[in-house]
Amino acid sequence: MADIPFHHTLTVLQDVCKGCTHCMKRCPTGAIRIAGGKAHVDPERCIDCGQCMVVCPHHAIVLEQSDFNRIFNYRNRVAIIPSLLFGQFEDTVSDLQIVHALLQIGFTHVHIAEFGVDILRTLGNRISVYADDRPVISSYCPAVVRLIQLRYPALLRTINLMRTPAQIAALFARLDIEEQGGDPEETGVFYITPCAAKFAQINTPMSATSGLIQGGLNLDSVFNLMQSYFAKNKKESLAVTPGVIAFPQISAPAFLWSLTKGESASMPGRTLAVDEVHNVIEFLELVEEDKQQNLDFLELRACATGCTGGVLNPRNRFLASERIKHMAQRLPREIDKETKARVLKVSDRMIHNLKVDRIEAKHSLKLDQDMGLALQKMEKARRILEVLPGIDCGLCGSPSCAALAEDIARSNASIRQCAVLKLTDPRGLNTLARIWGEQIALEKTPKPEV
Amino acid sequence: MHVTFKVTAGDFSNAGKISSSIKTLLKQLNISSVDVKRIIVALYEAEVNVVAHSYGGEVVCDIEPHQAFIQVIDTGPGIPDLDLAMTEGWSTATAEVREMGFGAGMGLPNIRKNTDELSIQTQAGGHTHIMMRFYISEGTI
Repeated sequence: MADIPFHHTLTVLQDVCKGCTHCMKRCPTGAIRIAGGKAHVDPERCIDCGQCMVVCPHHAIVLEQSDFNRIFNYRNRVAIIPSLLFGQFEDTVSDLQIVHALLQIGFTHVHIAEFGVDILRTLGNRISVYADDRPVISSYCPAVVRLIQLRYPALLRTINLMRTPAQIAALFARLDIEEQGGDPEETGVFYITPCAAKFAQINTPMSATSGLIQGGLNLDSVFNLMQSYFAKNKKESLAVTPGVIAFPQISAPAFLWSLTKGESASMPGRTLAVDEVHNVIEFLELVEEDKQQNLDFLELRACATGCTGGVLNPRNRFLASERIKHMAQRLPREIDKETKARVLKVSDRMIHNLKVDRIEAKHSLKLDQDMGLALQKMEKARRILEVLPGIDCGLCGSPSCAALAEDIARSNASIRQCAVLKLTDPRGLNTLARIWGEQIALEKTPKPEV
Repeated sequence: MHVTFKVTAGDFSNAGKISSSIKTLLKQLNISSVDVKRIIVALYEAEVNVVAHSYGGEVVCDIEPHQAFIQVIDTGPGIPDLDLAMTEGWSTATAEVREMGFGAGMGLPNIRKNTDELSIQTQAGGHTHIMMRFYISEGTI
């Protein structure tokens, strides 16, 4: 899988972008540069965390759109919904009304993604993990997995290779329909997600979700469809009672899985939860240096508060988290016997498909594949950094003076881009540009679009 | 490439910062992560030794293609019995230092384990000069 490039879902709208540098400064992997007055994302460094999209004041960064009508290509239309979807609605909309609306807008089956946790518990009586070393790192957050692939290859062997709950729920949904006589060819499983990285994963060919999940759907657009259903069908919606439809099976601990500390709470041993991508990077540096030998399990999430912080969630992350916790109080500790029996009926076909392939490294930090050339570039970058002002203003189009120095050393930028040197020492700047080799202006060679 | 860092005696709160900085450099050079880890583990131990036992010193790092040569030089007071210091579990660390989680007596043995060539010059009352050479290979893992 090493040769298959990441699919990226974030796009910069070139006609809307003002080149303001907000996204560039926020990007945790230093993937963004401003060239020709517009932001460009380096596809080799982007982990699809969505921080740039959240911080953009001009709404110039957007997520790839999904075509909802694709679901109607299938007779059996399964919605895999994250528990956080319930948190997006105010209390005036009941849990059952939410499920009902999903069925009304076109789905035939609704499963909660975190129900996968209960499936796993039913199959094995406990939550098992597959990893070569500890502390085991959760694979739940695909942005974190990408981050490790790009920047912490030594930690790849500690990533849990067990399928994520949503994948397990999707697997079960398919087999369950087949068990009841449905044609697997006519079953389409769609994952509704607020997450740029999950969306990217689903759309990457040969990824862990291939074959299981036919498509991702943007949570905000599905939310809009549901809200319009509520607005136009008040009477039908209010008439929904437990006698009409059942709430999907899920246990309380599983329902809380995607919130910070939700997963680590169910893991044995000493566990720890870190959320928000910059915090995660700070922590991974420590793990990489092998100073955390007492820990057994690490829950790492790119978004603050966990998945309720996903970029496409319409509602405030704290309010959404509160509703989920409130709902969990009324959920059972375990799923019912009937559902367990349905799981066990297909257990033979599930058990051999619970593990994903080993995750391969991707390189993003390296200055060159050749160590000698990389050393030369590093030396050059260090010398250039000494003459740069060190104020990290970002006006050059690189996120910091150190990043500009590195870009010059990689022949991706010119020292003439430094606005401070241009103002304070224009003559010296010409000399410096000659010393370090004049580069073609970036405007003439824009980086490839994501 | 030649870089130097100053190490302050007794500054436990910053012990490990130098090995972290060197790690960041090494990771940009397409050095295998096994080698990166070996280097930073050895360097971390040496760095902590200077903080815990010496009057201060410096780390001098020279990286060339396929090898890293790292010297850790302090200003005293030297190691009276080097053979004893190389024994696993043997430590002169004070109770105060041990309480901070250092001083397990694994410093020099861990350095020896992770280096390809190790040479230590020391004498009671003088400098200690640790020279560590690592042969490094390219690659991600």
